[in-house]
Amino acid sequence: MALKTEHMTLNMGPQHPSTHGVLRLEVELEGEIIQSVKPHIGYLHRCFEKHAEAMTYPQIIPYTDRMDYLASMYNEFGYALAVEKLLGIQVPERVEYIRVIMGEFQRIASHLVAVGTYGLDIGAFTPFLFCFRDREMILNLFEMTCGARLLYNYIWVGGLSHDLHPDFVRNAKEFVTYFRPKVKELNDLLTYNRIFIDRTTNIGILPLETAINFGISGPNLRGSGLKWDIRKDDPYSVYNRFDFDIPVGTGLIGTVGDCWSRYFIRIREIEESLKIIEQALEQIPEGDVTSAIPKRIKPPVGHIYSRVENPKGELGYFIISNGTPNPFRVKVKGPSFVHLGVMNELCKGHMIADVIAILGSIDIVLGEVDR
Amino acid sequence: MKNIQEIFSDLKEKFGDAVLELITTPPFESIITISPLQIADVCLFLRDNVELNFDSLVCLSGVDDANGKTIKKENGDNVIEGGTLSVYYHLESTNFRHKIILKVSAPREDPIVASVALIWRHADWHEREAYDLVGFKFLNHPDLRRILMPYDWEAGHPLRKDYKNPEFYMGMKVPY
Amino acid sequence: MGLLDKQFANEGIVISSLEDLLNWSRLSSLWQVGFGLACCAIEMMATSASHYDFDRFGVIPRNSPRQADIIIISGTVTLKMATRIKRIYEQMADPKYVISMGSCSNCGGPYWEHGYHVLKGIDRVIPVDVYVPGCPPRPEALLEGLLKLQEKIRNESLVKKTA
Repeated sequence: MALKTEHMTLNMGPQHPSTHGVLRLEVELEGEIIQSVKPHIGYLHRCFEKHAEAMTYPQIIPYTDRMDYLASMYNEFGYALAVEKLLGIQVPERVEYIRVIMGEFQRIASHLVAVGTYGLDIGAFTPFLFCFRDREMILNLFEMTCGARLLYNYIWVGGLSHDLHPDFVRNAKEFVTYFRPKVKELNDLLTYNRIFIDRTTNIGILPLETAINFGISGPNLRGSGLKWDIRKDDPYSVYNRFDFDIPVGTGLIGTVGDCWSRYFIRIREIEESLKIIEQALEQIPEGDVTSAIPKRIKPPVGHIYSRVENPKGELGYFIISNGTPNPFRVKVKGPSFVHLGVMNELCKGHMIADVIAILGSIDIVLGEVDR
Repeated sequence: MKNIQEIFSDLKEKFGDAVLELITTPPFESIITISPLQIADVCLFLRDNVELNFDSLVCLSGVDDANGKTIKKENGDNVIEGGTLSVYYHLESTNFRHKIILKVSAPREDPIVASVALIWRHADWHEREAYDLVGFKFLNHPDLRRILMPYDWEAGHPLRKDYKNPEFYMGMKVPY
Repeated sequence: MGLLDKQFANEGIVISSLEDLLNWSRLSSLWQVGFGLACCAIEMMATSASHYDFDRFGVIPRNSPRQADIIIISGTVTLKMATRIKRIYEQMADPKYVISMGSCSNCGGPYWEHGYHVLKGIDRVIPVDVYVPGCPPRPEALLEGLLKLQEKIRNESLVKKTA
């Protein structure tokens, strides 16, 4: 006599220690094997696009900070670039170099949080403390420049709000020399750890065709084998003056496109960012950072789509202007929103504990998913 | 790598009336407008054609054009009647590196657009968001329901220009 | 602390009132529900990391609301989330305390004007004990908020009713 079975629905509700914020996953199980995962989002929908229609162009910058709150400098960078293209203005060289330096420091800080919390989800508590210790030093550098630790309002349309502190360059160089050996420490603790490798290799494999069809970008796409980075393929600001490499998933341990390769690319990107920062600190010219900031921003009627390489992927701003000081429509394409859509494909056939490993490896921030 | 003029003539040759016009707005990029119910066929051709190969949808945005007539009702609210709602598609090819922008306009009272969610799976959630916040109805979408607002939100579509906030939601006061 | 200066020398006996003893034991080990919503959650995580260290005040994160005394609402509360927060608050056992961290959960924050989906302050749904201002508040500000909560608990009484 055949036994009657049915699938069980498990709710990993909005309050959960490992979901990186308020995300609800409805998981359908047959025993312990996953049949489908349905993410429910919107628990942090803060109406950014409605605010953008009611404020003037410079007033929107603090709101862009709060979308991906782990990489605020990059959100402001992307927005300022989009509006500057719309207006057709050119910023001084010093401003470009400082933006690149801040952006790369922010990339390191964001990847440290990603790596630290990923270790915490898998069950390793020590890398979390080490990552946050090093991140505090980067936050000290930011605080020295603009006064804030997390949400800066520093990169304005046409320039910056403050120039660098006189000690900034020296402290930044000291940090780079201090931090290089720490990456090796992190590798010894987590990357080549036997337990970590067993939990993350051959889990959540993302084939390249699926990745392009789903619109995946950033370290997740590079983990599947495609060498695509907007800093090299569609360059913006002064990135074309620096010499750095784009790490791609090669199947060093496990398969190409699994959780371990996505994680390892983030570690390699930290090293590449250190290279960019060193070169930029050598080449930075003198100048005035506030000279090109327009007194009143009233762009011509038109539209622009501009994108930058956020630490999480491709961040795009689509701005439609109707000639008034307020934008007509600002649409943000956040990488985390796109990456969360692929969860169902990645999780099919794995066990419940692997859901957490996969969610940590695609590195989402709920502020950007819900805007 | 083809430019937008060549792509427009290829599309016009194949689809005729479904392809409406090429809007040029220097110094910004040009836009090709397509009729709302044929957009899925056009996109399938753009993805599968060997010379064009637009395998990546970069962005899909719903916009309230607010080009109708604004009427003031007795209770003081402004309501827009007539006019259109538009969807903008940004496409790119990872091999050839060319990019185009497509635009689809549907009437405000009955905004029905064909869905491209089965062509690029990327469009799935973007179309749900356009339905939730602006109010489009996408034909043949696999799972069209609200994504960011609560599932039982009855006060309409928030990103429309004439949207008005409700006073209470489930016992909680909404305005400040 | 007021408890240890009333002991007889070398006898190992401490004299205190029952209220003081209860209040002291409650405020020294406030276990929190791990509940982070938005940007303030990152500052809360930084407070529990080793630079600012929440653990020396006795605060450790627990995963379930049934095992916790305190909930720190850190981040913007949306209408969709507010019903779930109420449910979590009701699952906590008495005595329970609430710290509202950050400008968004105090009063709606920067989203007060056009936020159609933002709840303008968590105190429309649950009672709050301490408000910590800032956007986001520094870890030192959150620690001060915790110390103020401890002061409030120290002055509690078994006889007088609290709000």
